[in-house]
Parts: sequence; structure tokens; C-alpha cells
Amino acid sequence: MTTTTQSAPAAPPRKVRRYSSTDRVVLTLMLGAPALVVLAFIWGPALGSVFLSFTRWNGVTAMEPVGFQNYQQLATIYPPFWPAMWHNVIWLLVLALVATPLGLFLAVLLDKNIKGTRVYQSIFYLPVVLSLALVGFIWTLLYSQDQGLINQLTGANVNWLGNSDINLWAVLVAASWRHVGYIMILYLAGLKGVDVSIKEAAAIDGANQRQAFFQVVFPTLKPINVIVLVVTVIEGLRAFDIVYIINKGTNGLELLSVLITNNIIGEASRIGFGSAIAVVLLVISLVFIITYLVQTFKKEGAR
Amino acid sequence: MAQSNPRKSGYSFAPSPSSLGAGLSVPVGRRSVLGGAVGLSAMAALTACGGGGGGSDVKEGTGAISFGSNQSDAVPKAAYKKMIDTFKKDSGSKVSINTVDHNTYQEQINSYLQGEPDDVFSWFAGYRMRFFADQGLAGDVSSVWDNIGDDFSEAFKASATATDGKQYFVPVSYYPWAVFYRKSVFADKGYDIPTTLDEYISLSKEMQKDGLTPIGLGDKDGWPAMGTFDILNMRINGYDFHTSLLAGEESWESDEVKDVFDTWAKQMPYHQKGGLGRDWQEMAQGLLQKKTGMAVFGMSISQQFQGAEGGEALEDLDFFKFPKINDEHGTDSIDAPTDGFMMSAKTENGGTAKDLLEFLGSAEAEQINTEADKSIVGPATNVDTSNYTALQKKAVELVGEAKHTAQFLDRDTRPDFASTVMIPSLQAFIKDPKDINNILKDIEAQKKAIFTA
Repeated sequence: MTTTTQSAPAAPPRKVRRYSSTDRVVLTLMLGAPALVVLAFIWGPALGSVFLSFTRWNGVTAMEPVGFQNYQQLATIYPPFWPAMWHNVIWLLVLALVATPLGLFLAVLLDKNIKGTRVYQSIFYLPVVLSLALVGFIWTLLYSQDQGLINQLTGANVNWLGNSDINLWAVLVAASWRHVGYIMILYLAGLKGVDVSIKEAAAIDGANQRQAFFQVVFPTLKPINVIVLVVTVIEGLRAFDIVYIINKGTNGLELLSVLITNNIIGEASRIGFGSAIAVVLLVISLVFIITYLVQTFKKEGAR
Repeated sequence: MAQSNPRKSGYSFAPSPSSLGAGLSVPVGRRSVLGGAVGLSAMAALTACGGGGGGSDVKEGTGAISFGSNQSDAVPKAAYKKMIDTFKKDSGSKVSINTVDHNTYQEQINSYLQGEPDDVFSWFAGYRMRFFADQGLAGDVSSVWDNIGDDFSEAFKASATATDGKQYFVPVSYYPWAVFYRKSVFADKGYDIPTTLDEYISLSKEMQKDGLTPIGLGDKDGWPAMGTFDILNMRINGYDFHTSLLAGEESWESDEVKDVFDTWAKQMPYHQKGGLGRDWQEMAQGLLQKKTGMAVFGMSISQQFQGAEGGEALEDLDFFKFPKINDEHGTDSIDAPTDGFMMSAKTENGGTAKDLLEFLGSAEAEQINTEADKSIVGPATNVDTSNYTALQKKAVELVGEAKHTAQFLDRDTRPDFASTVMIPSLQAFIKDPKDINNILKDIEAQKKAIFTA
């Protein structure tokens, strides 16, 4: 918001208040305990993965350091890797540019107190309650070439899930089906919190519906936008269950998360190699995390 | 009925059992697992007590033993319990059953065997068995084979024999892969069973003319196509080449392997379209509904026929040997995944364990098992087959005639190679059969990376 940034330089440097010893104990506990948990359960394993990515290890016998070999093989002789990278990008873009605006659109419509709004809300929100694994299962039934509902109803004979040119898009429809409901409910909550008076004020100033929304209401939704953006990025990067249910993430449905699982978990046990893929995913996530943090701190610093 | 083999479970499939994975290096310093790798190492660390190479001299105690079973589904679980109960009653020995979900069991087999394994445990014949036997994790059961050996064909004995020439495995059930069809369809249209590749192709053409899909294809899960690769490779290049190829000793870019894929590519026009989007159950439905003429598959396909058309469909289901391609090898080999049991090298009570294995390798035990599941048969030659279905009887014949029995691609090679290389590669081939050279180049490069530990 522009007003805060303008007033920011005027703030005089404040004197740091001294903490009592009780304060320090409380602070140490309250910051220290979560910090330890984060270190132990998030950064520990993450750094562990980085370490493992430079080894060859089957989980039981001795580890063997191999330098960058895993990364090199990943990029050169592992055919599913580059498609998986692309699919993750496409996944993220579709969620961000198609599903999210659609969710916002539905939220705006349902916010207008149209008749039966609660029924519609429930219908659109229902998929969110289902796990993605279940969503995958439901859509498998719809998409099946020989017995699926879509081909039965339309008389078409499209190989929705088996044709690697279209199956990613078919799955994205399913994933979006769920994502739209999620985004809708987030925006709906945000819209309910928008002060009616500013909408009235906009109307009095002669703004049409479109202007009122984009120039008055939408800017006030900023906190929700941040949450939505974070949620969308997370959903885009962690996408896994739905393709795993459909075909274990092969044949056009490769995703980084699935490659990690297929290599590490269970039978394959290429832990070093799988960790290298995990590190790639970590780096991609870090790009988003760092961008987000830089943005946030910039504003706080400016305040 | 979902049996131990994941290939039979309807809902999901974990392609290559167990984490027999990478690094054949000596198991030193298992305790030195990186502390930071919390989730992964926790499991390994928990079970990382106990020594490594056990050797073949197990203690011959006759106390109580435990039996590790991967039969977590109701019907086979009950069958296994009945087998064990019968043994307990007959021998007076004490056996406790430790049942683990079969996917979990396979995924954790490596750390399980390095830790505190059950005295007798379920596993697979062939490469998978040898992998553990060669590491000294399994106990020598040659003395059991001295007693039961006469009841098994040479092929079964070979699949229970490790590199050192001793036996480490006792088979309890298997099922063959073949070309399945409906007798009524062949009778109606006057089709003959093909015995050569040319006849197979011309039969396919005839079926196409008659409006049938000649060969069913459902490779969504990635493993069913392995069966077609196996049989083509064994027909064209023979069993010995097949096993050494899967052991990483031959080049995937060799002319032999190219020949296999070329032959396969020529049959592609007769395969069901869209095979990568169809699971095997849907493929089987096509055969059941007489829309598809034939299907290269395991006998577990009969699960889809059980109960259909008032039981008549199952009786109508039949199979024939995949036709010969190369006269040198004829039809001497077959895929027949075999399940059975091994003994832990660490057992204190090898006496009881061997008694149990001897019983499990007997016709009596196999009969109990095959009565529960009609899509498997018992490997012993003296099993009473009078209660078998026609299909079960024919399966026995088929395997009996085979000189060599392979297990299945994902059981005959390293699991990491099967699941992370072969599944995507075979799917890439089905998608674009013209791209053989590139696909084989990729396989070979990855094989080198995986097999040269």
C-alpha cells in the first residue's frame, strides 16, 4: 500500500529497549524451540538430501561418494528428467493462470448473494475435501478409454490418459477442478471481509462494476492474494498423488516429485540419484521462497 | 484373488520388488548412516543390528521358529495359515506367522534381511533369490532338496540354485505367461493355433479383417509389456542371452536386442491402440467381451473371467505357447514367476526351519495353496491335480514342457534397473516404435550407470 511507504522515511530511530532476564528466557524458549524443530525436521533432512545427492547409496550398504555424477547422469542419460521439469512448469502455470483466476471469478459471482449460493459453494468446494489420490481415481473412471464416462457419453474414442500428448492436460483439468474450489473459498472469505462502504463509495463516484472490482475491491484483497500465490506455488511444486494414482507418473505424466519417489522409495533404492532430483526441486522451491522473502522484508524495512 | 505377487493385485503395482538396490559393496559401517537423512535412515538404522555375511552354516536347533509371510490378502493369508497349521499339527513344532503387507514387505526386504529376519521367509526364485544368497543372507537348504528334489523339474531346481551351486529357495507356487484366447471365438471363426511367427501375424491380419482387435495391450502400469519383451527375446535369442542381458552383461544396443524390438515393432499394428492408457484389467475385459482376439499375459488374467457369464467364461478361456521364431530355440523357454520361501542365515533353529521348508515344498502344502487360488499352480510334479481347473492343468503341462523357466523381467534383473529404466523405455517404445535406436541407446547408457556400482 502506497500510503505506508510514503510515511516511512519520517520514522525516527527508536532506542532499543532492554529485556529483563525473564524476557530473555521466555524469548529464548519461544524462538529456540521452534527454531530447533525447524532445523531438525526441515533443514536437517534438506541438507541431508544435498549430501546424499553426491553419493551412491542403496540405503543399507556403504555409501560411495560420486561427486556430481548423479547430476550429470540426470541431465544427460535420464530421459524422464527434462519432461518432468517441463511438466512441473506447465502445472504451475496452468494453476496460476487458469485455475486461480477461475476460482477468483467464481468467488466474485458467489459473493453476489445469488440464489442458492450455498449450494454452489458446496458443489465447488467439495473436490477440495477429497484427497488428490481420490480425485485421481474419480477422473480415471471418467477418462478411461474403453469404459470411461466421457467417451461413453460423447461416443468419442479418445485415449485421454494414455496419449502422452494430451494426458497432462487431461490431468490438469482434474487438478484444476480441485484447485478452483480451494482458491474460490479463500477469495470468498476475503471478499466477505471487504467493507461494503468502499464498494458503495466507488459506486457513488461513478465506477462501473469492473472498475469497482479491479481498482477498489481487488487491491484490498492483497493479503489473500499473497496466500493464494503461495498456495498455488506449493500445489504446483508438490503435485504428486494424482499422477501417481493414474500411471505412477510415467508416459507423459512425469513430475519431479514422482521421479524422486520412484527412485528412492521402496524397491529401486537409488537414494543418491533420487536425492539429486530432490535437490533440483529444492532449488526451484528456493527461488520462490527467496523471492517471496525478499519482497516481504523489503516492505517491512521500508515501513 | 490378489496373491503375494503384486502383479496380481488389482489396484496398484509396485513394479520391482524390494530394495535390493545399488551398491554391491561390502556392508561395512551400516551404523554410520548419515544422521541427517532422518526418514530414510531411521528404518535402516532400526534394523541395522546383527552381523552381515552369515555363510551357509546355520545352527541346527529345533526350537520354535517364526515364518515371515507377505500374503496379506484374506484368501492367500488363510491358505498360508492352513499350511502352517498343518505343519504344526504333523510335526509338533512351534511356528509363529509374521504377516506383512506385501508391498511393504518387498520394499523393506533388504533391511529386513540385514536386521532380524524371520527364520523362514517368503521370496521369489531366480535372480532375486541369488542376490541375497550370494551376500550370505540366506541359509543353504540343499539338504531339503535332497529330499524334495525328485518332485521338481530341473528348471525349478535351477531357479532355486545360487551361484555357488547350492539351493537356497523352496518354490510353492507359480503361474505361466502365454497367449490367452477364447475357445469359442477361435471355433466360431475357424482360427487355428499359430505355431510360427508368420502364422501368428497372418492370424492377426485375419482377425483384423473380422473386426477384432488381434492382440490386447494394457501397459498403463508399465510392467505388462515386459512379458512381451521377455518372450520375444527368449524366442529370438534364447534363454541364455536373455538372462545375461538382464544381468547387465550384454549390450542393449546389440543386433540381437535390435532384432527383438524390430520384430515387436512389426507386430505393433496388430496390438490394441492406446495401450498406454489402459490397465491390464481393462485389456482383459476386451478379451472377455470378445472384442480382442488374443492377449500375451500371465494366468492371472483368469481373475477377470471368474464368475463372468455364469462361470462359462472361465471355461472358455484357454492359452497357447507363444509361437516359435528362431528354430534354434523353438519354444523351449517360458516366463513363469515363482513364489516360495527361503531360510535366514541367522536362524538359531535351522532344524525346524528345514523341516518346515521340506513340508512347504511338498505336494500336500501346494495343494492347500492352489485350492484357494485358482490362478496359480503348484510346482511339484506329484501334486494331485484332480481338483485343478482345465486351465490349471494346462499350465502344468506348459511349464513341464519348457526347458528353461524365466521369472519375469522385473524379477530377473536389478530392481532399480527394471523400475526406473525399463518401464519408461518400454512405454517410450510403445509410443513410438520407430524410435528403437534412441531408446536402446538410452537404456544402454543407464544400464552402464546402474550396473557398474
